[in-house]
Amino acid sequence: MDLRLYIAQRVSAMVMIPLVFAHLGVMIYAIQGGVSAGEILSRTQGSVFWFLFYGVFVVSVSVHGAIGLRTILSETFRFRSLTLDAIMWTFGLVSIFMGARAVSAVTWL
Amino acid sequence: MPREFVISGLRLFWSTAIMNEGFSEAPQRLVEDKKDTILSMTNETTKMSVKVWRGDKSSGSYQTFEVPRQENQTVLDVVTWIQQTQDPNLSYRFACRVGMCGSCAMMVNGAPRWTCRTHVNKVLDGDTLEVAPLRNLPVIKDLVADMDPFFDKWVDAGGHHAPSASRYDDMPKISSDEPERAEANKSIECINCAVCYAACDTVAQNPDYLGPAALQRAWTLLNDKKVDDHDAVLEKVSGKGGCHNCHSQGSCTLYCPNGLDPMRAIAGLKSATIKRALKRGG
Ligand code: SF4
Ligand code: SF4
Ligand code: FES
Repeated sequence: MDLRLYIAQRVSAMVMIPLVFAHLGVMIYAIQGGVSAGEILSRTQGSVFWFLFYGVFVVSVSVHGAIGLRTILSETFRFRSLTLDAIMWTFGLVSIFMGARAVSAVTWL
Repeated sequence: MPREFVISGLRLFWSTAIMNEGFSEAPQRLVEDKKDTILSMTNETTKMSVKVWRGDKSSGSYQTFEVPRQENQTVLDVVTWIQQTQDPNLSYRFACRVGMCGSCAMMVNGAPRWTCRTHVNKVLDGDTLEVAPLRNLPVIKDLVADMDPFFDKWVDAGGHHAPSASRYDDMPKISSDEPERAEANKSIECINCAVCYAACDTVAQNPDYLGPAALQRAWTLLNDKKVDDHDAVLEKVSGKGGCHNCHSQGSCTLYCPNGLDPMRAIAGLKSATIKRALKRGG
């Protein structure tokens, strides 16, 4: 890992800390007394706030996860540099794409 | 400085002389003394079983020796006893025998130790002792590890002398109270024993990683006013094998026989490199 990856991983971690707590908190709060898909969608659709909240979440999770995966593959499985970078980018971009699809599906009108 | 150099040279000469029977009168006397000690060790009844790694860089296995226990006995004493009374072919390395030269480190019951100052009492497991060459380094023969990768990385991390002034310049005045000097002082007592290097799992898993000792050295240079180019120091520790690979689990700090804290030094490097990157970005 070099300096750039290190900074990206630390910054994404710092962004994620409050988002994880908010995510868990809202889940526990909203689920009390049961909740249906329809209810959730009625709260999230068209909400710029939730779009931004989960948009940022998806990006930081993808960055953080991709770099973490790279480290594991490098240290535990001894993958070489080029393979590592290819897997890191693929994993990161696919995560962003899938996350972005999910976020747009629940927050788009 | 030259005086210390001469003293350490003498010390090295002295211990080599002990190995050379009949070299001169004084070392000869020491050899006789040593033989007496060895004889008295043989009279002891309690024994321990010592497994010693025998082999070279391609293969090897443990060989077991029954060694008399003594009340006061270091792991290096045990290895020496085996070499002098059981098998003169056993190769191992030492020089000062007082924890100054850093040449005697080995794996003892699975942990890296400076053997000249590790008492058998402290590390004996039941009545067995297992002695092997230092981890994370190639083996030359028996207990002798090849230190080249360790010292090469020391150089790669910038740990060599880079003159920044000529003899015509004044010496910079550095007070021992300056925070940078105080910080550097915490790390300068490194004896290059590679115990931390053997203890580090990141070194084991990432052959490029410079390792705790070399990075700690870079930290002292960063805090040294006599070093001009601090940017170059930070550049050297920011690459593929640089300080950012450290997982901060602290095996280096736990095992350093001199009580140094390479983990903390590396944390210092990490934050210094980030500060520099932010400054450049801004
Ligand atoms: S703290 Fe860093 S340098 Fe020390 S043992 Fe762990 S990974 Fe190695
Ligand atoms: S930091 Fe400690 S363990 Fe590492 S080489 Fe220096 S003295 Fe030995
Ligand atoms: S022999 Fe010098 S440190 Fe152990």
